[in-house]
This record gives sequence, C-alpha cells and structure tokens, in this order.
Amino acid sequence: MAADPYRLAEGGRIDRSRPLRFRFDGRDYQGFAGDTLASALLANGVRIAARSFKYHRPRGVMGAGVEEPAVLVELKGDAASGNRPATTVPLTEGLVARSVNAWPSARFDIGAANQLAARFIPAGFYYKTFKWPDWHLYEPSIRRAAGLASAPKEPPQGAYEARHAHTDLLIAGAGPAGLMAALVAGRAGARVMIVDEGTEAGGALLNRCLTLGGQPALDWVAAVVAELAGMENVIHLQNATVWAYREHNLMMVQERAPANSSLLGRNWRVRAGQVITATGAIERMMVFQGNDRPGVMLASAAQAYVNRWAVPPGRRAVVFTNNDSAYAATADIARAGIEVAAIVDARDGVPDHSRALVPGIEVLAGQAVTSVRGGRRVRAVSVAPIRGGADRQLDCDLLAVSGGWNPAVHLYSQSRSKIAWNEGLATFVPDAPAQAVRAAGAANGAMELDRALQEGVAAALAALGDLGRSGQVPELPGSDDLPYTVSPLWTAPGAGAKSFLDIQNDVTVADIELALREGYSNIEHVKRYTTGGMGIDQGKTGNVNIIGAVAERQGKSPDEVGVTTFRPPYTPVEFGAIAGRRAGPVVLPYRHTPLTRWHKNNGAVMYEAGARWRRPGYYRRAGESFQDTVNREARTVREGVGIYDGAPLGKYEIKGPDAGTFLDWIYTNVMSSLTVGNGRYGLMLTDDGLILDDGVAFRLAPDRFLISTSTGNADAVGQYMEKLLQIERPDWRVKITNVTSQWANATICGPKAREVMAAMGSDIDLSPDAFPFMAFRDGHVADLPARVVRVSFTGELSFEVNVRPRDLPALWKAAMAAGAPFGIAPVGSEANHVLRVEKGFLSLGHEVDGTVDPHDLGMSWVMSKKKDDFIGKRSVELRRASGRPRRELVGIRPLDPNRQVPEGAPLTPGGRKEATEGFVTACVWSVVENRWLGLALLTDGRARIGGRAHVRLPDEVIEVELCDPIFHDPKGERLRS
Amino acid sequence: MLLIDCPFCGPRNESEFSFGGPALTPRPSDPAAVSDADWVDWLTVPPNPMGLVEERWWHARGCGSWLTICRHTVTHEITEVRLGR
Repeated sequence: MAADPYRLAEGGRIDRSRPLRFRFDGRDYQGFAGDTLASALLANGVRIAARSFKYHRPRGVMGAGVEEPAVLVELKGDAASGNRPATTVPLTEGLVARSVNAWPSARFDIGAANQLAARFIPAGFYYKTFKWPDWHLYEPSIRRAAGLASAPKEPPQGAYEARHAHTDLLIAGAGPAGLMAALVAGRAGARVMIVDEGTEAGGALLNRCLTLGGQPALDWVAAVVAELAGMENVIHLQNATVWAYREHNLMMVQERAPANSSLLGRNWRVRAGQVITATGAIERMMVFQGNDRPGVMLASAAQAYVNRWAVPPGRRAVVFTNNDSAYAATADIARAGIEVAAIVDARDGVPDHSRALVPGIEVLAGQAVTSVRGGRRVRAVSVAPIRGGADRQLDCDLLAVSGGWNPAVHLYSQSRSKIAWNEGLATFVPDAPAQAVRAAGAANGAMELDRALQEGVAAALAALGDLGRSGQVPELPGSDDLPYTVSPLWTAPGAGAKSFLDIQNDVTVADIELALREGYSNIEHVKRYTTGGMGIDQGKTGNVNIIGAVAERQGKSPDEVGVTTFRPPYTPVEFGAIAGRRAGPVVLPYRHTPLTRWHKNNGAVMYEAGARWRRPGYYRRAGESFQDTVNREARTVREGVGIYDGAPLGKYEIKGPDAGTFLDWIYTNVMSSLTVGNGRYGLMLTDDGLILDDGVAFRLAPDRFLISTSTGNADAVGQYMEKLLQIERPDWRVKITNVTSQWANATICGPKAREVMAAMGSDIDLSPDAFPFMAFRDGHVADLPARVVRVSFTGELSFEVNVRPRDLPALWKAAMAAGAPFGIAPVGSEANHVLRVEKGFLSLGHEVDGTVDPHDLGMSWVMSKKKDDFIGKRSVELRRASGRPRRELVGIRPLDPNRQVPEGAPLTPGGRKEATEGFVTACVWSVVENRWLGLALLTDGRARIGGRAHVRLPDEVIEVELCDPIFHDPKGERLRS
Repeated sequence: MLLIDCPFCGPRNESEFSFGGPALTPRPSDPAAVSDADWVDWLTVPPNPMGLVEERWWHARGCGSWLTICRHTVTHEITEVRLGR
C-alpha cells in the first residue's frame, strides 16, 4: 500500500497523525482524517475515477463539494449507499467504494466502446430508435447499460430517525454570511438553528486563503462557532443539509452521522418562523471541446484541494476563466508549487487588482481554450483568440476553469420565491420572496466577503424585526477579498459534440442545438429532451450554462429564456432517512378483530379486507386443495350452518331530530319511514349519480339510526357525511358517531342457523313471525348483551349477532360449541364471495367500480320516485335522458362448465380484437350449480340475456352464455325463512 | 406540508387534515329547477385559478371540523381559515 504520493508536506485541514486506509475499485489506498474520498483519491494520483453516464468517457474529480458532477461512487459495507459524489464522502477507516457506470473499474471500462458510437446516440436517440413495437421491451437492458449505482441488497446496519423542531430563525449555510446572521440573531436571544452541509463550518472560507481583521479568516470562524456553542438558544448542525424548502417554512434537514453513533442519520422537519438562505455560490464550468477530460477541474476546486487538503491536483496548470475569482485561485495553486503556464481570460480587459495577484504569470486576455489534447487525461490545450487568429498549444496536466459563479438559489426558489436575471453577475439571483425568507451573502449575489458579512447582519436584523425582536450590529472585521467581475462566455469557439454542458448526464452543445433544431425551443422542453440538468446533481455546475447556450443560439437574453424549476432534494437523500422509524409493519399497521388469534390457530389464511382490516380468507384443512376448502365452506352455509367474523363492517350512529331527513337525502330510497326495530337496504350515490356505497339502515329510536357501510369505504363515508352536514346543511340537527369499533359481530348463517341460535340460548323470540327479515332485536345471546340483526350477505337465513368487541371471543366460542352438533364451520371471505355471486349481490370494487348507477345493476327499485331530491338523483336522470347505451349487470355461464374465467377479463364483440363491450366482474365455482359461473358488466347486457358473449384473453376466446345475474333462490325465500 | 390554523386547535400540520376539494358554491336547493348545463357546470367545473382558491379541509385527526381555507395556489399562503362553509 502506497502512502499518498501527491500530498504536500504541510498545510491543509487534515490530521496527518491519523492515517486512514480505504479501498477504491479493488485497490487499497491511504488518506488522512479530514479527507474526503475525492481528496484522498487525488492525493493517491487516481485521475480517472469514474466513467460517464452515457458514453462511458473517462472522468476525474472536477469539483470539491456538492456540485461535483463527474465522480459518483457506490459505498459498500455497513454504510452502503449509491451515487454519492466522492467529494461529499468523508474518508473513514476501512471505507470501501467503487465507481459507478464502470465495469470492471473506471480505469478499464468495457462500456467505453460507447464512445466510438457517440455520434450515433444523440439526445432523444433512445426514444426515436426503440419505439417499435414497444419501448418497454428495450427499457430494462438500456437502463442496465446506462444505470448508476445498484441499490444495496441488505437493509442498512442501524436506524434513521425523524425529529420535529420549531425555531424562530433557520439559517441554511454556515459560511461567512450564515455565521454572521446566526451571531446577530443568537445574541438577540432568538431561537436559532444554523445548518450546514460541510463537515466543518466556514463555507468557502475553508477553501480559500483570506484574512478577517488581519487574522486568518478561519480564526474568526472558530471564534464565532465557539460563541454560538455557548448559546442555549442556538442549535448548530454540521454535516447536515437543508434539502427541501416546503410550504409555510417547513424545512427538511438531513443530518448525517449524528453524535449518537447508533443512528445512520436524522431527518429534521423544522417549522421556522423566518429563514435565511446563506447557501453560498457554485462555480460554473467552461464549455469547450473536451471540457470533461480528467484533469479539467473547477478553479475553486483546485484551490480547495491545495488549501484545505494539501493536494495539488496537477503539476503544470492552465487556468481558463471569464471572471476575477480564478486569479486568487491561481495565486493559491501557484503557491502550492503548481507551475501555472498561463491564465486564459475570455475578457479583453482584465482588472489590475486581478493581475496584481499573479505576478509573473502570463495572462492571455481575449482568448479561449478551444480544445484539449490527451485521451485519458489532459496533456495540452489549444488556446486561440476569441475573435479569430492562430491557436497555440500549452502543455499542462491540470486545466482549472471558472465560468463565473451562480448563487445557490435552490432553496430560495423551492420556497416559490422569485429569482431574477442579474446582468452584472450574469446569473440568476433571489428577487421577490414568497415566504418568510431572505437570501444573504453569495447566495444573494454578494460575491465579496465584506458584502457577504454585511448581508448576514442585515438579513438577521430584518428577520429579527419580523419576529418582533431587535438585534445589534456587531463589529465587522475587514477582509482582504477583492472585487468580483464577470463577463460571460457561454460557449467557446468551436464548441460542439464534445463540449459538455451537463457533465453528469453527458449533454453537449450539439445536443442542445439538435433539440432547438427539432423545435424544442422552450427551456423546459430542452431540459426534458436532452435530460440536461436532470442528473443527481441537478445540473449544479451546468444549468445556467445551458440557459446561456440556448440564449446565445436563439438570439435572446438568458432572462428571456428563463429558468427551469428547482425541486427538492437539493442533494440526494436516502429513502430510509425519509421513512425514519416508520419502516416495516408500522408503516401501515393492520387492523385486527378480536378473533385474529382464533382464526390463525384454526388454519385461517388471512386476507386484507379493505381499510387494512385483516380477515380470514379461508380455513385450510389437511388434504384439501384451495378449491376444496372454498367449496366445503360455501356448501356448509348453503346446506348446514356457517359462521363468519363480520367485525370490520363499517358502522355509524346517526342521531338527532333531522336524522331521518338526512338519511333520505343521502340514500336513494326512503329511510325516514322505517319503524323502530326495522331496517332497509340502501344505496348511497354521489352527486355525479354513481354509487358510492351500499349498506343497511336500522331505526333504533325515533331520532336515532344505525347504518352499516362496506368495510373498505367506512372512513370515506364518514368523511362524506360530515362534509355534507358541516358544509351543506349546517342547520340540520344531526350528529354522526363512528361505532365501527364499538360493535363486533359474528354472523351465523345457513338453513340451520336458527337451531344454532336457539342452542346458544337467547331471550329473543327467534321465530320468523316475531323476528322477520330486516329487523333487529336487542337482548342476550349466550348470556352476552347483544343486538341481533337479520340481514343476509349470503342469501341464507342469517343472524348477525353484534356484541361488545371484548365479548366476541366468548360469543364465537359459544356458537362453535352450540353449533357442533349441526356441523357448524367458520367460513372466510373466499366462500362469502362465492355465496354472494350466486345470489347476484353486488360487491364494491367488483361490480361497483365508480362507473355504475343503480339502474345498471338492475336495482331501479332502490331509486325512490317519491322524493323530490336525493343526492345523485339529478345526475342519474340527466344521464338516463341521453339514452346512450350503458353497461349492465348480467350473469355468465361459460359454455364449458369447467372453464374458469379470470375476474376482470374483457368482453369484446365476437371475441375479436375490438374495443371492449364490458368485463367479467366475478367468476366462482358455484356449489349450487356445480360449475363455473359469474357476473359481468356488459353494454346493453339485460337485453342480451339468453344470448352469448365472448371473453377475450391474450391467447384464447371463451364463449359464455348470458343469463339473469341471480343464480340461487331468485325469490329470496331462503333468506326470509 | 401546509400549516393550517384550525379555529379550534390552532396551527396544525397538513398531515392531520384530509383534503376535501375546492369549495363549490352551495348545492342548488332544488336541483330539478337548475338547467342541465348549469347542473353539469356546478358538478364538473371546479375553480382552478392560479392564485387564491377556496378549498375544504377536514381536520380528520384533530377536532373533526370541516374548514374552508383560502389558499394561494402558487405560494401556498393561507389568507383565511373559517369553520364550515
């Protein structure tokens, strides 16, 4: 294992007493505490550290922070995660990483052959080429070839947590402006959170060599951090990114590596009274042929590597700039021992204060780098005057570029606040706020240190004012930072197919030109067509260059071209961090009836019955197939007696003098005429005339009703009823109480149900005359207080015995004991499905799919003709008046009685490949007809009963006979018995 | 995540609420007296402005009140919250 050969002997913010070993692409290296993976790779001379997304071009580290577009890595082991910019991965002992997009390694990448075909795969290539017969046929293999990191296969070792917080002022960024704002607000006593994505505070000061008040700027940073640490009203987070700015100043903060080492990360959701975005600025790339070659690096990054990590990223450099900031960077890298061949400045006029920073270094004003030589890394560059003239070769292994600076307006813009083009800075800066937010420092376009500090103070004072507080202006230390001026050069002469605007997504100037030629002139369309700015880095270094390049080619100003939308997350966030502890079974917990344990102990296979309720699907017995079990359970009910757990059924009590009026309004039929003790089946429609729910209403007292809803719809119906009462009819005296969990029930059903009830013992007269169908009686069953209801969802004689939930296990036990001589058996939802299909009873989600009205289902009788109005009446009448054909409920019998038809299968005319005329809503093996049969919704179905229809499957057509949808006991004698 | 200032419960996170659609004008008291076109308009053409819109929210995990709020569709600024209609 080699020590890091490219490290300077001294300097930098690394701890040379703490060497760390790490592994990258299968090779072992060494770095130091304080390194990032990127700085450690550079210190070890790893120049090709990645391959590009589309063309697999060799790439090296180009940035020093979150802006890094080129080198994404996949981390292995306990800290497994994908697509992390190497510049944001703090080096740790034993770190294992590999480059993405490359196999077997970035240095020897098999996919690199794509480069040879590069001119055949321009923007939109895949969409144009792989469209026949179907894009989805090609998508998986294309995605695999293009793919980034693979998702870790094992769950992460450790946990994420969420934390909610409130603060008066949240400051995003602990650079000079943010620290100054925190100092002012903290001293004023406001609750302050200052959050910074770096491993230590200081922002850009960490990367530069500046002084404040005559001392190193980082001494000032240390003093401020120390003072903030002493304030109880200040929370200071480092290694934490504000990744989203949501509505009403809700800020999402991802804190990596919190102090509690058992945590992988902590996701803060912070409601802030005021927000200051002091997020700094990001340097732009320069756009010329070959601007992605390893060795091309942002000037600020080169400066950061020598100053912060003591790593010179090359031996001989050329600097290419259009602004002043690169001169300070040049001075720093020259001081670190890098020979600077020349500064190529696109501007004709270079300010004297900049020239004064680099005495003895040649400045080529009014010139541009037009191409790069070297295949696997930069060996030389061609430089030519922008207005034309002979070019010149300069040997170098580092090309430091600076295309100017973009304020990091991402968070500001996410808040829906406006940003505006600033001609002087040639970039977009914060403009009008839409929430309680201010930008300060470089994030606001204040590129010089003194102005950044002043803005930090001003923003804090203004925020304090809005909070009803006041603060004091602190002493401002003077700096030696120099003025910043820029003159944009969007694309260098000759820029084309190898001039990358978006390094990460391999989007070139030629791609943009193609998009414009093909008519994608709006910037949002350019973005989507070329995918420029749609990578994981969201185009941090490239987006404004794309806008500038488009503007240049359209003869517009960048202002007119406009910006694309900034969206969260600012930097990638793990799904686990968003989920926090809400993982596994607690994400959406199941609801259980009091009998779940009994069911499971008795062989039940549990299903979800809607609204997260768990109910038995069927009770498996040894030696039975699935179909055997369902048939046995269905026969038990048809021929003997069965029992099922009906606890999840939705139940509401409707109380008040206007309860009857209310029910008449929401049900299609009349409920107010019910006498106490009796009930009626009804349908609820919405005002668009479609079925919302079905259920039964019972009158408990003159001003009190109990209604049932379908299990899955209970909450929606409750919300709907409350809305009608509170919004539409606030003057009606009606109260609604959800009693779903207050009543549990066991339903005893089958010809022998009455005998079982009698055997259990009840003080209720169970005779048909005393207790008819659709009545309920309060009393006792098996000595338990109970409300017994005579409804039937199976078509057989049924007693739904409602008890307190805690009594349900005792009731069930009593029923099983008393029913044993009659062969009672529990039945699950599979058998219930068979029984209801045989009876033609509708089921929500099968026959009722949000497109049908009662007439379609042959239930015209439920539509009251007596009422002037009820919800849905007007729309049903309107639709019926059109006379257009409707899909109607019919029964189906496959001509082959042993042929099952898949539920949901389409019906087409004659089974031909034509538009469907309906679909099969249910198909079951009937225990009364001993064959497959089912229900279907079919255009003009009722008129076609007696005829035939055709089910069209992918490789066959099934002919079915159409019949009445009630197969069993059409007169309903059995359920009334 | 909106912050909705419930008249009963104070400012609460959107996650306590359930969205109930844009606020329509009151349901016609006699739908049969409304022309077909007006009925269809009332039913199917909800307001969808770029700007302030009135909408219904149910404080489902709070006091159970239906609220009408006035929200800016661009900035999410809530200018008014009232009980019921």
